[in-house]
Amino acid sequence: MSTPTTGPDVLGAPVPRRDGRVKVTGTARFAAEVPMPGLLYAAFVHSTVAKGRITGLDVAAAENSPGVALVMTHRNAPPMAAPPAFALHPMGASGDNLPVMRDDRVRWNGQAVAVVLADTQERADRAAELVTPSYAAEPAVTTWSAAKARGTARASNYGMPLTTVSGDADAALSAAAVSVDHTYTTPRESQNAMEPHAATVVWDGDTLVVHDCTQLVSQVAVSLAEVFGLRPDQVRVSAPFVGGGFGGKGLWSYLILAAAAARMTRRPVRAALSREGVYRLVGGRTLTEQRVAIGARADGRFDAIIHTGLMAMTEHNAVPEAVTSATGALYAAGSFRLEVDRALMDTVANFYMRAPGEAPGSFALESAIDELAHELGIDPVELRLRNEPETEPVTGRPFSSRHAVEAYRAGAERFGWSARSAVPRARREGEWWVGAGTAAATYPYVRFPGGAARLVLQPGGRVGVEAAAHEMGMGTATVLAQITAERFAVPLTAVSVSYGDSTLPGVIMAAGSQQTASLAAAVAAAHRELVGGLLAAGAAAGTGSPLAGCTADTVATRDGGLCRLDDPDAWEPYDALLARAGLTELRAEQAAPPPAEMGAWSIHSYGAVFAEVRVNDVTGEVRVPRIVGSFDCGRILNARTAAGQFRGGIIMGLGMALMEETQVDGRTGRIMNPSLSEYHLPVHADVGDIDVIWTGIPDPRTPLGAHGIGEIGIVGVAAAVANGVYNAVGVRVRDLPITLDKLL
Amino acid sequence: MTTDRSVTVNGDPVPLPDDPRVSLLDLLREYAGLPGTKKGCDQGACGACTVLVDGRTGGDRERILSCLTLAVQYEGRSVTTVEGLADGDLHPLQEAFIDHDGFQCGYCTPGQLCSAVGMAAEARRGVPSHVTADVTRSEVELTTAEIRERMSGNLCRCGAHHGIVAAIATTYAGAGR
Repeated sequence: MSTPTTGPDVLGAPVPRRDGRVKVTGTARFAAEVPMPGLLYAAFVHSTVAKGRITGLDVAAAENSPGVALVMTHRNAPPMAAPPAFALHPMGASGDNLPVMRDDRVRWNGQAVAVVLADTQERADRAAELVTPSYAAEPAVTTWSAAKARGTARASNYGMPLTTVSGDADAALSAAAVSVDHTYTTPRESQNAMEPHAATVVWDGDTLVVHDCTQLVSQVAVSLAEVFGLRPDQVRVSAPFVGGGFGGKGLWSYLILAAAAARMTRRPVRAALSREGVYRLVGGRTLTEQRVAIGARADGRFDAIIHTGLMAMTEHNAVPEAVTSATGALYAAGSFRLEVDRALMDTVANFYMRAPGEAPGSFALESAIDELAHELGIDPVELRLRNEPETEPVTGRPFSSRHAVEAYRAGAERFGWSARSAVPRARREGEWWVGAGTAAATYPYVRFPGGAARLVLQPGGRVGVEAAAHEMGMGTATVLAQITAERFAVPLTAVSVSYGDSTLPGVIMAAGSQQTASLAAAVAAAHRELVGGLLAAGAAAGTGSPLAGCTADTVATRDGGLCRLDDPDAWEPYDALLARAGLTELRAEQAAPPPAEMGAWSIHSYGAVFAEVRVNDVTGEVRVPRIVGSFDCGRILNARTAAGQFRGGIIMGLGMALMEETQVDGRTGRIMNPSLSEYHLPVHADVGDIDVIWTGIPDPRTPLGAHGIGEIGIVGVAAAVANGVYNAVGVRVRDLPITLDKLL
Repeated sequence: MTTDRSVTVNGDPVPLPDDPRVSLLDLLREYAGLPGTKKGCDQGACGACTVLVDGRTGGDRERILSCLTLAVQYEGRSVTTVEGLADGDLHPLQEAFIDHDGFQCGYCTPGQLCSAVGMAAEARRGVPSHVTADVTRSEVELTTAEIRERMSGNLCRCGAHHGIVAAIATTYAGAGR
């Protein structure tokens, strides 16, 4: 179909969020806020050993505590199958594949060993304190050194071993004129969405209704059906508002336990985790240890890139931190060796956090590039531009749309990079050393199979669009309305959007920065179906219509109706077309075509990050007053929400650079800082000026020309800051976070 | 389960429960049917639960963390939540949050809004902050640095900080000068 003519400003315009009003008035209902009569509140008892058996579990005092309706343990919990794990099962949503409360085994410090239900949260919390478990602890691997000593193995991502070899990189490194070879580490981190995980659960006969805060409604519904032996249509998962996800909001044990407890008591249950409870039951990003070695010629061109990573996982999950995934896409080099291994620890299963793999991987790679630039005496921007590839390195696949160089140059110009001193420790203002650092970023384009949408054409030229997508603040609902309005050539106000419910069409994960591409492809497919159906049902066969004889291939949309492609004046509004078909409304549901573009082309989002860094000479404190992010991510569909995604990613990257670390006590395997007072996030005073710009060049191979934008913002930020620290004070920090003790 | 004593929330009496452990936050969310006030940490570290309460001197409403407050402490006193912020349709700050994209997921938003209203009143009263250069002045100008400093008790994980600060700056431009 030709380009519709709603007006040039529907796609790309900075359209305000559709959910703005309900969010600023406090009327948006999150998962823990759905009212239910007869509600019971859950409180969890967490194990205090990392591994072993529960030998005693005295629940009498808790059961006799006021208001308590149930104390559920492995002794009385109903039969439940182990949940299908993410990446191990096509519809797996669970962070691990461990059976939940099925036996006396403890597998990590913090595992739920009892759930108390009471008529108020206060009474549930008090009763949970009265449960007194005892354990026969067994030796557990709770330190990184012990995990490595136990042995390592190659990690896999979706069953594919994380190994990429091209040429003999080790020999090329040895022969290189100039080289760097260093080890970098990144710590465990927690997603820390502001909304702690929560669910309100009710059984309606044999149907399970779940109000959850997930970014995977369809997968959670199927996974819960497997756990409880139900048909998928017996589970409904609703999550219209999600208070942030960042990868952390898959399926975790609190929801399975809440559903089981609700079944036992035949009452609705609210399970709202405390902040500490989130740390105990939900996995975050795992720690990594990476080696990056680069061999270069005197002119800066790379002969060898070796990037190997080792990271901690558990025996029960399949989510690696694929730290090398960006390395094979960014630079041309004569040879590559990229490998990721894992060691096993007895902790809560690690899971995804914004740009898994790319975020920690880019810290190592982009720090090493900066180190090499200093060795070579070449400007770090220039060094990157000299190694710009013509086709995707290693695979040789053609790029669909790569304007990384334009983005880099534009960012350098906006930042004022040319004013930076190449020599560290060259600029001081009062007690502050001032430096600048840069790093490149990339994130792969993803469109998972399974996207679908339902469109409903209604009287008055109104259109409904329905899809099982997620709105966690990315702007999904707003952009989906824009996409639909553009397709139909109707005003934005004529479009209503339904999302965040497993009963809606499609499997559309809020993961991999792929929702918008998935939705754009699905809406296009459903639109074609609807237009074809509309014409066939009336106008095409009729004699009076200006569209007589037309099909979906020979019309365009214009001004709230359809017109002939070859004669835009031959036009009829939707109401007239519905009337010719004898319909009051028309529905069409269609799946998106398979993502063939991903196989044929190398498709990535690209970015360049520039950071001004100030280091206090007296205290070692690091401040980042100014960041510029310059992106090449295809066509930007909403300038306002896109800027929010870029800035949000950059700010999370700032936290990664300077403060974020989930600390595990090596003696016990217990997370030591499970709170927002001891796990530090960037606050208003930490966030300086952040300027984001983009090329906006559409990709001809992707739906609507768009690439993903949700995750690339975090990529490269930690390296840009670390490189800026080096430029400011001449100290190279290779271990995140860059806390002041590392600079004194 | 409830008593004949009450807290006034957005102008309406809310009976106090007979359990003295109930926090003001849980009174709002679980007893008063006003879940607009959010629970992000329940230990005073995130600011999502910020509400406004009547000032002891009868002046401006003051911002407090409702999670660190027992409901019974506010017996007979007045509390304003995000649901009661607007006099009419929307409070100017609520409009500014929409205009400046001062939120993404929306979970920290009610706390940011209530906190900002209380913060602006503090600046009008001349309450200094860590970044106030002249602590002798009777009013404090709400510069970007002042807003960032004074709003740092309200965390936002989505990274909507710029929109939040811009919305506050626009709404209270010129205030306190």
